[in-house]
Amino acid sequence: MAVVSLAATRFTKTALAARKERAEAVAKWAFFGMAVAMIIPLVAIIAYLLYRAAPSLSLEFLVEMPRRGMREGGIWPAFIGTLYLVVISLAVSAPIGVLAAIYLNEYARDTWFNRLINLAVINLAGVPSIVHALFGLGAFVYAAKFGYSIVAASLTLAIMTLPVIIASTREALASVPMAFREACWNVGATRWQTIKAVVLPNSISGILTGVILQVSRAAGETAPIMFTGAVFFKAIQPGTVFPYRLQDQCMALSMHLYTVSTQIPNVKESIPYATAIVLLGTVLLVNVSAIGLRVWLRNRKRW
Amino acid sequence: MTDPALSNPRTVGPRPRRRAWAVIGERALETVIRASGVSAILFVLAIFFFVFREAAPVLFSDDFNFLEFLFSAQWYPTSDINVRYGTWALTVGSFSVTALAMVLAVPFGLGAAIYISEFSGPRQRETLKITIELLAAIPSVVWGFIGLTVMSRIIVALTGAPVGVNLLNGGLILALMSVPIIVSIGEDALKAVPDSYREAAQALGATRWQIVFRVLLPAAKNGLLAAVLLGVGRAVGETMAVLMATGHAVHLPHSLVDSVRTLTANIAAELGEAPVGSSHYQVLFLTGVLLFCITFAVNLTADLVIRGVRRK
Amino acid sequence: MSGPKAIEVQDLRLAYGAREVLHGISFDVGHNEVLAIIGPAQSGKTSLLRCLNRTIDFVGSATVSGTVRFEGEDVHKVKDVFGLRRRIGMVAPLPVGLPMSIYDNVAFAPRCAGVHRRGDLDTLVETCLRQAALWDEVKDRLDSLGTALSGGQQQRLTIARALSHQPDVLCLDEFSIAIDPVTTMRIEDVLKELSREITIILVTNLVQQARRLASRTMFLWNGEIVELDTSDVIFSNRPNDRRTYDYVHGIFG
Repeated sequence: MAVVSLAATRFTKTALAARKERAEAVAKWAFFGMAVAMIIPLVAIIAYLLYRAAPSLSLEFLVEMPRRGMREGGIWPAFIGTLYLVVISLAVSAPIGVLAAIYLNEYARDTWFNRLINLAVINLAGVPSIVHALFGLGAFVYAAKFGYSIVAASLTLAIMTLPVIIASTREALASVPMAFREACWNVGATRWQTIKAVVLPNSISGILTGVILQVSRAAGETAPIMFTGAVFFKAIQPGTVFPYRLQDQCMALSMHLYTVSTQIPNVKESIPYATAIVLLGTVLLVNVSAIGLRVWLRNRKRW
Repeated sequence: MTDPALSNPRTVGPRPRRRAWAVIGERALETVIRASGVSAILFVLAIFFFVFREAAPVLFSDDFNFLEFLFSAQWYPTSDINVRYGTWALTVGSFSVTALAMVLAVPFGLGAAIYISEFSGPRQRETLKITIELLAAIPSVVWGFIGLTVMSRIIVALTGAPVGVNLLNGGLILALMSVPIIVSIGEDALKAVPDSYREAAQALGATRWQIVFRVLLPAAKNGLLAAVLLGVGRAVGETMAVLMATGHAVHLPHSLVDSVRTLTANIAAELGEAPVGSSHYQVLFLTGVLLFCITFAVNLTADLVIRGVRRK
Repeated sequence: MSGPKAIEVQDLRLAYGAREVLHGISFDVGHNEVLAIIGPAQSGKTSLLRCLNRTIDFVGSATVSGTVRFEGEDVHKVKDVFGLRRRIGMVAPLPVGLPMSIYDNVAFAPRCAGVHRRGDLDTLVETCLRQAALWDEVKDRLDSLGTALSGGQQQRLTIARALSHQPDVLCLDEFSIAIDPVTTMRIEDVLKELSREITIILVTNLVQQARRLASRTMFLWNGEIVELDTSDVIFSNRPNDRRTYDYVHGIFG
């Protein structure tokens, strides 16, 4: 009799099981809520910014000069200035960053010295942006006598964004299976021959992603360029392809957003919002293209 | 069986040699690679050196009291009669904003990390991770602008505070900013827990809720702690967002809706006005050294914690 | 017999960190000999091979003592370690086709060594692929990816690659682990053919394979040589060590 009833209840739900199931559902939804709680404000805020920016958003806003002390008009000089800063900082930090990552991932053995380098990279990533600004001011503007200039600001940005490239390149290199390297070493390839033939071709997508992320980071930074080369306002010749010289100061999108939203009274309502949207749009666009590239390259991976 | 094609290929010729320039070129390139690796150390040293060099004169001058610099709440850098350089209020400002941000960001960040790592399906996981990546990409000046415009209005409407740019505003913005790093590092930590733990717990009939609390959280403890520490590092070092969102009062905050100023924002706000080479200017650099040391300590601790995880 | 042996190992010790995995191993291998190394997993077979061509150098935690001589030359004192690795072919247990074309897979090692003339490479690639019994299957698609081949084909590609740098000694580390018996037999035929000209060290878990191919067999256990003798003795009913008998006849442990 007891056996029969046990058999009948063996796979039916007990009160305990039902309670466990409910607890599980609650847990799942609670954690889901926490995940979504970060996304909702993001979407809402961007929508709100777009709504407020709408009156100013147009192609003219992007390509026009600011007028009436930046209270009206466009943001062209700031946009071009950001482009300058990003390209120059990229030209400096991408090679150094990629090579440093190659060193750390492919050459460095586990010695105290290389642990020190690792530590340095981690701390470089953690140095506050305003300290980078102080460093740029002390090192590039004064010590190297570059003055307040595009060069000084770009170099400051380059050092600030170096860890971004190092970290993502290392990750990309580490994702290449060790067996490939060992196969190359076994046939007498040197480390560099191995890197060139197998490691780099198979991690180039990840490296590119890192470089693109550096672009987005550099484009958005304000503090490091604020005291090294970016200014509130700088008139440029409309229509010229290279309006700034390297020793000039320049405007930058991020700096411009700070300026029009805090430093200048009576700016036309929608201009700061539109500037924020352009900056945000640029940065997110760059990031989305990095993600797209990553997904695309991952799908045609060769092993 | 003397098929020529099957004979030892060594008969093809003498052992080949690499061209001299190929070998030399490779050596040169490897030197450059090594130098790039070492450059990371040089940059960190250079940052410390150049910031400290500007700060040094005031540090070693007679009428400067280092203890007062650290622990006095009186910051009157431009006063005519009573110049005071006490950064205590700024330090408290930095840490109160950071603490508030962490109180908000840690549960949400870890909760999201748990959801992504343990509950979501592959598509959902991909979507969430990409969203978080985008969240991390938003420039700090845009966050500051959001705090200045959107958040401050909401705060004024909800709390009835006289101004919307205050401790609460800065804390909320910093929370949103540091969530991505907590989520991604936290998720890594959870992913590092071997699946065998989960399977063993499942075999014992544990629900996923129980697995998370009894198995995963204890096992991933160190990694999660590191995630929080890196979030703290990010929050302490943040400049533009707090400059724009926390208001500008240099005093010890008494409530959530008090305006505060942080160490970082203080430098950004005053460096432009301080005459180059003046003691005010030098003290601002000294604040930079202080910040450098704080974030250095936080990041070092996080790294040691992570290293502890790996060693296990 | 005069002159140096192909490989002479004397009191070789290897430790990963504090854990010693080879406890003083000594043996030698003559020219054109086939030596089989048998033994259970974790007994140090792969580590031993890595000491021969010094790829152990890439393992940060490894410390090696004792001497390994290749053609009379101490491998830890050679100037050109890459040249040394080219004289020792190494085939890993799992087939690794490099993510490049079949042609490039085989031509990789010669290119690294400095051969760049297309004609030389063509000859070499064909010879090596023929030697590895792969030529007929891939001769029409040398441009397709090496990673796209089947497991057995990739293993033969690995062998072709190991032959491409014209080694004097060929080490095979459990090459048949990932391939079917028919392919294994074909490769064994290839090895028999090759053994007329080069020295072969064969690490294997298949007792019968060692018996078929090797003139001498070493039984390695827990980082020590239990017994090293001609295959006839090792696989007979009366090897010198009881443990060898137990292992060979499957009543080990």
